[in-house]
Amino acid sequence: MAQAIAFYVIAACILGFGVLVISTRDTVHSVLFLVLDFLFVAALYVLLGAQFLAAIQVLVYAGGIVVLYLFVVMLVNLKRPPEAHQDPHRQTKLGFGLAAAVLVELGAIAAYGYAHPAAAIAAPATAAIPVSGNTEQVGWLLYTSYLIPFEIASMLLLVAMIGAIVLAKREL
Amino acid sequence: MITPTHYMLLSAALFIIGVIGVMVRRNIIIIFMSIELILNAVNINLVAFSAQLQNQIGQVFAVFVIAVAAAEAAVGLGIILAFYRNKETINIDEMNLMRS
Repeated sequence: MAQAIAFYVIAACILGFGVLVISTRDTVHSVLFLVLDFLFVAALYVLLGAQFLAAIQVLVYAGGIVVLYLFVVMLVNLKRPPEAHQDPHRQTKLGFGLAAAVLVELGAIAAYGYAHPAAAIAAPATAAIPVSGNTEQVGWLLYTSYLIPFEIASMLLLVAMIGAIVLAKREL
Repeated sequence: MITPTHYMLLSAALFIIGVIGVMVRRNIIIIFMSIELILNAVNINLVAFSAQLQNQIGQVFAVFVIAVAAAEAAVGLGIILAFYRNKETINIDEMNLMRS
């Protein structure tokens, strides 16, 4: 019961702040609502028993990426509001229509799922992890079964870092 | 009782909010933030199934998604800065250099 109340409160906050992120006029306010949204997603991870991922969410998203966004918002000081110029070719109604179509499709899938409840998904037989605790288990998987993707991700981050420096530098 | 279906519906709703943001807004910084919302929706799904199946593989994939999101934000914001320096705008309707 307490879990259900926590889920509904957190879900309402996530969706409400998500709507505020995309609807606020001021870009700085939008970034601050994004921080709150990320923090509530971290709370949802705690509810799901993924404490390590919740800490990563707070450190990387709410701490790192949002500061990056704030720096860019401060660097790009606009003399006129960015929404002022309206392209006559732009089809906002088509955008809403496409989003509504995706929503209808997802609703149909959910309704089908309620009508035809699938048999419980059996957990795949995985090799037993000889450690306990969420962080230890995630770390064990990262350094054994998923070592090569882990190294590729680190290479991707290195390339992204060099690319961002090259793009943002005034002249090399 | 909160089932994975609840988490999937929450994730779908957050995904739709992100899609609407990408489609409707013209400020490119807000479009990037909408993409972050979409990636968060994917992560919620991965972690919900990880909790349902009682193994941590979904959380490992969520860590990879966060790493890719960080790389995407860094490169994307670098592109925004470079573009702003040349054209003095962040409105995507004015970003039509490659339109024939």
